[in-house]
Amino acid sequence: MKRFTAFLEQLRRYPSAVLGLLIIGGLLVVSIVTPIMIPYREAIRLWRGGENVWRENPTFAWPVWYNWFTEKDLPATIVFYSEKGDGEKTIERLSANTREVRFVFEFDFPYDEFPPELILFSKAQYTSKQPHVELTWFTPDGREIRIGEFSSSPSASFRFGQDNRLQRRLERATGITGVTAERGLFDDPEKEGLQPLNGTYRLEVTGLLFEEESNLEVTFVSYGLVHGWAGTDHRRRDLMIPLLWGTPIAMAFGLMAALGTTVTTMSIAAIGVWFGGVLDGIIQRLTEVNAIIPVLPILIMVGTFYSRSIWLMLGIVIVLSIFGLSIKNYRAIFLQVRELPYIDAARSYGASNMRIIFRYLVPRILPLIIPQIVTLVPGFVFLEASLAVLGLGDPVLPTWGKVIQDANSQGALFNGLYYWILEPAVLLMVAGLGFAMVGFSLDRIFNPRLREL
Amino acid sequence: MTQKALPLDVGNLSEDVSQSARKAATTSLMRLLRYMGTRLVALFFTVMVGVYFTVLVANMGGYVDDIRRAAIREEVLTSLSADIQFQRLPQEERTRIIQDTIALRERQYGLDQPFIQRSLNSLWSAMTLNLGFSQNMSSDSGSRLVRNIILERLPSTLVLFGTANLILFFLSLFLGLSLSRRYGSFFDKLVLALAPTSAAPGWFYGLFLILIFAGVLRLLPFGGMVGTPPPEDPLSYALSLLRHMILPVSASLISSIFITIYNWRTFFLIYSSEDYVEMAKAKGLSNRMIERRYVLRPTLPNIITSFALLLISLWTGAIILETVFNWPGIGRLYFQAIGLFDVPVILANVVVYAYLLSLTVFLLDFIYALVDPRVRVGEGGKS
Repeated sequence: MKRFTAFLEQLRRYPSAVLGLLIIGGLLVVSIVTPIMIPYREAIRLWRGGENVWRENPTFAWPVWYNWFTEKDLPATIVFYSEKGDGEKTIERLSANTREVRFVFEFDFPYDEFPPELILFSKAQYTSKQPHVELTWFTPDGREIRIGEFSSSPSASFRFGQDNRLQRRLERATGITGVTAERGLFDDPEKEGLQPLNGTYRLEVTGLLFEEESNLEVTFVSYGLVHGWAGTDHRRRDLMIPLLWGTPIAMAFGLMAALGTTVTTMSIAAIGVWFGGVLDGIIQRLTEVNAIIPVLPILIMVGTFYSRSIWLMLGIVIVLSIFGLSIKNYRAIFLQVRELPYIDAARSYGASNMRIIFRYLVPRILPLIIPQIVTLVPGFVFLEASLAVLGLGDPVLPTWGKVIQDANSQGALFNGLYYWILEPAVLLMVAGLGFAMVGFSLDRIFNPRLREL
Repeated sequence: MTQKALPLDVGNLSEDVSQSARKAATTSLMRLLRYMGTRLVALFFTVMVGVYFTVLVANMGGYVDDIRRAAIREEVLTSLSADIQFQRLPQEERTRIIQDTIALRERQYGLDQPFIQRSLNSLWSAMTLNLGFSQNMSSDSGSRLVRNIILERLPSTLVLFGTANLILFFLSLFLGLSLSRRYGSFFDKLVLALAPTSAAPGWFYGLFLILIFAGVLRLLPFGGMVGTPPPEDPLSYALSLLRHMILPVSASLISSIFITIYNWRTFFLIYSSEDYVEMAKAKGLSNRMIERRYVLRPTLPNIITSFALLLISLWTGAIILETVFNWPGIGRLYFQAIGLFDVPVILANVVVYAYLLSLTVFLLDFIYALVDPRVRVGEGGKS
């Protein structure tokens, strides 16, 4: 314990180590909290979920904090669920079998840009006669615009932008050909060109029910250009899920790979040195063979041919590095340690080979390998991302690399969707830097020869 | 190690000493040759085992054959079913023709032999550098010779990574040496602080560079090697190539320059704290002299090693950096070949790299003996 506090005292003298430790600590906290907040199954469901899970999210939306840096205020997503009691719902009986349901959704629109999409989702219960739905739009300056009507199947959606008659009506009203519904409905007629009119808008949805047991519930979404703290991707998914869940996966992969490769390599080097002779020769030759085998291409082949599971990749990485070149370094050190008197002492009291190797040889070089392990972590974290960028990421798990790959394949950089690449990239960078900074400092503490320099 | 350092100046030996030295030289030459011989054999077997391992993985232990057999069967069935004359033949006749055609096609690809034999065949042709024909890919000029496919891609990888690596090597060597001379200075601390940034690979910085210089500023192209259409005259072609090279070269430099400078600096520092350097300082030699004779000279083997490894690393290109920048080099070829299960192309890449690596290791052993008198080959037998 005393040695540990002394060690911490020493570590405190390196500001980069302190910063690095803080980063690692933060990442570990996220790695522990995330799986508790969003259980594994839930995360997979959200990540693999398509339109049904994420239909109320916009596509390609920037994170909400983007608004802090822009002159224009970009619209956020506005959602009304009639089922949850949003808006006003009134029911009126028109005749013996016919009832009219009316939903009124009122919302404030203080933004400087138009929403990219407007959709009304409807859920209807009926036996043979479909409910008939009509939509009307009321602007803040008192204009009334008829949007359209449709017969609702059990689950239907009305996309404002895809209704040709509405578009023609709006073209006539605004005098601009090719104006989309989203723009035309929010346009300020007083101003030149297309500019959104701020104020309180009202959408009235009237449904005619022709059966006694019929019912109608609707969800209205005015999609935003900004959404959530991390933005959304091409499949409307909230990027917060992969960013959060990517943390424990990256940590687990990086730490396990670094630990696994270092421990196996070191043990093999120790065994080779201790037994010497043919065994040592075989280990040496295998190391040379291993140097020729290209690791990344082998991983790519395995990913393409067999399975893209991240845990299989982890296994292959460790197997391929068992006979890694660092065996040569460890071997050189063990060769010196082997000749030390305390090893002779151990042998003279009759310690078994394994006892000497794992109780006397290996602990001797532990101080050397701790910085080694920490320094190796970022490499493996980036390796996982690299595989994902090549399209060989785990097919199920949400990871940082997968986000970069999605963004890259959707041309995020070309289309100016920078948040999409920057968020996972910054996380990767921060994680990598955290471990690298601690590793460098540990190296200087444990190897006094470097400290003097 | 320091005690073993021999005086380098051997010019003023007297006649009789040189005679006995010559005799010693012949025996040590014999020893050198014997050592080199065993080394060569060992390296050859190393390459063979490594290449055979790749053969097995690249064929998924024979599973790729099944995929190919199914593909052949499908191809034969579709092409025959389009043939009206074939449709009129009786049932047995049709089955027989299908069987025969499939058998013929399989023999064409060598699929009629068992996998073990086929794998040994590919090992043999790979080891004899008989790269053969590709299975699915072809070069832009339409050739299916693996050699042509690779040779077509090699120049683009060489020009990109050659530039990047040469800049990296000389810049880091020079800066590392100059930092080792004044460690503790501001720049020294800066490099020390920036060294951890090398944890990220080149493609990663590539993304940022594309974002800034291509996406936001629109100054440089997003990727590719030359503009489209490729310029006609050589000068504007070179300029276009240069413009496209700036980002990938910078990305690859940023990702490794700081750690490399740091490593060289530390390396030189360790060597400049040797006793003989202190001695030279005490003698009052000039800094340049000390550096050239007492720091650079003993570190020459390491410098040569790092340079040689850098040269052969050019062969593999960089799969992901080339993918991110859409650079038509060897790395991308490798990746495409894997995606298309094109075993001959994958193998060609591996075997040429293996040979280059082994040859370099072998030559390095030899060069070490030449430049570093402390390395006594054959003594102790441990390398």
